[in-house]
Amino acid sequence: MYEDDDSPLVKIRNLHFKRGSKVIFAGVDMDIPRRKVTAIMGPSGTGKTTLLKLIGGQLRPDQGTIEFDGENIHALKTRDLYKLRMRMGMLFQSGALLTDINVFENVAYPLREHTDLSDSMLERLVLLKLEAVGLRGARDLMPSELSGGMARRVALARAIALDPMMIMYDEPFTGQDPISMGVLVKLIPSLNEAAHISSILVSHDVRETLEIADMVFVISNGKVVDSGTPDELHDSSKQWTKQFIDGLPDGPVPFHYPAPELEEDLLGK
Amino acid sequence: MKSITNFFASLGSNVMSAVQKLGRAHMLFFQMVMGMDEILRRPSLLIKQLYYVGVLSVILISLSGFFVGMVLGLQGYYTLSQFGAEATLGVMVAASLVRELGPVVTALLFAGRAGSALTAEVGLMKATEQLSGLEMMAVNPVRRVLTPRLFGGIFSMPLLAAMFSMFGVLGGWFVGVGLLGVDDGTYWSQMQTKIDLHEDIYNGVIKSIVFGVVCTWIALFEGYDSTPTSEGLSRATTRTVVHSAFAILGLDFILTAIMFGE
Ligand SMILES: Nc1ncnc2c1ncn2[C@@H]1O[C@H](COP(=O)(O)OP(=O)(O)OP(=O)(O)O)[C@@H](O)[C@H]1O
Ligand SMILES: [Mg+2]
Repeated sequence: MYEDDDSPLVKIRNLHFKRGSKVIFAGVDMDIPRRKVTAIMGPSGTGKTTLLKLIGGQLRPDQGTIEFDGENIHALKTRDLYKLRMRMGMLFQSGALLTDINVFENVAYPLREHTDLSDSMLERLVLLKLEAVGLRGARDLMPSELSGGMARRVALARAIALDPMMIMYDEPFTGQDPISMGVLVKLIPSLNEAAHISSILVSHDVRETLEIADMVFVISNGKVVDSGTPDELHDSSKQWTKQFIDGLPDGPVPFHYPAPELEEDLLGK
Repeated sequence: MKSITNFFASLGSNVMSAVQKLGRAHMLFFQMVMGMDEILRRPSLLIKQLYYVGVLSVILISLSGFFVGMVLGLQGYYTLSQFGAEATLGVMVAASLVRELGPVVTALLFAGRAGSALTAEVGLMKATEQLSGLEMMAVNPVRRVLTPRLFGGIFSMPLLAAMFSMFGVLGGWFVGVGLLGVDDGTYWSQMQTKIDLHEDIYNGVIKSIVFGVVCTWIALFEGYDSTPTSEGLSRATTRTVVHSAFAILGLDFILTAIMFGE
């Protein structure tokens, strides 16, 4: 029913956010389109994970608004916020699996929670999701018995279990071998096409990300420094983007967390 | 001059953060209680917690109760026999247990065993983002994770305290009747006639329910509010035990004064 709706799915306006005295966002505007893969890139520690948590309503902006499908997330009552989250899936950077139940139950959890599926239907669905990430054989393992990369793939299966409207992936490729990586790189856009899902992808793997993204935002120092389609970014004249895409240590994007000069630190002042 | 200003500034900020923390604790308590319908819909959540919080403490509580009862029997006998009043040993043992030692010692042991475990469990769930994960799966972690634990604690405490008192009475009997030769019939009959259902038993139960609420609340809040690091977690666990102990002893005085005041 939303097929023809071309309004942005997530609309961020004038977002300001601070952690203690550290400014993470200073006036970010972003439109995340429907049914597309939108990538968010930027140096480590710029606040990509923070941005996903703001969109998920887990953190509150100091200023500015975030709308999801036309609703202002931070103006919602708790009950409505939880209802809205049923339409979002999130893959956490750490996986965030429940450690007291096994892989199968972890993926089944949101289904048991929010649907009335029969046991046989539920089992079939869970196994299909696990198959998609190549871990059907691991269904009886406990999360503590998984490697980091496997845990993240189980978390991915769990995030897509409810067929949400939007999935946020926080570094899905980290810790994956080339084969699983290849599978994930195909899986993410195929989910988008098959189920008309919108995706937000946070990743440092420039090549893979540019391959599957329809739209890219580069953030640094609390601002969006560049945005556009992957092709536009390749041709971008902005130093920021060039440096980031080519992975050069020198340029306007600092590799270092803000610090005094090295000599000063080492020699003492 | 400057140090005085600094002193007041840091005093002020300490008081502020303590008040804020108290506010968060009350807010969380309110939210946990409001989540009560969750355990009506899913009783299995509560049963699981009754097992972890309650059943697993049974051996510790019964053994401790038995030992405390034995000591009471011994001390009571020495004192009472000086006045030729050994016959009232049963009353003395039972009254001390039901009124005071049962609820108080059970609560202290509970804070050490179950309370610290709850803090560590919830704190670790927070540190590993399991609570955030639940939130993003549209499951409210306060209702799902904390509420069943709170009520598990509240229901377990009076039962554990009763068990403590029961084993204590047996311990007193073992020493008094079995080893020191107090008359078996008198030990029990004196106890039956002198222990008052309302005055002694109900009041003891009320105390242990209050301790159950407070201990579990402190444990869950400390876990939920902990800094998600190993150091933060170890501090939170310590605070659970220390704050619970203070709260139990302080509240015991207040409750005793109200109940047996007159
Ligand atoms: N709980 C927290 N308390 C205080 N500061 C935090 C907290 N979490 C993150 N930060 C700070 O917020 C900033 C952004 O963190 P965030 O995790 O969003 O970065 P990121 O862009 O996801 O980095 P990465 O690519 O390494 O995952 C960091 O500089 C970090 O120091
Ligand atoms: Mg991150």
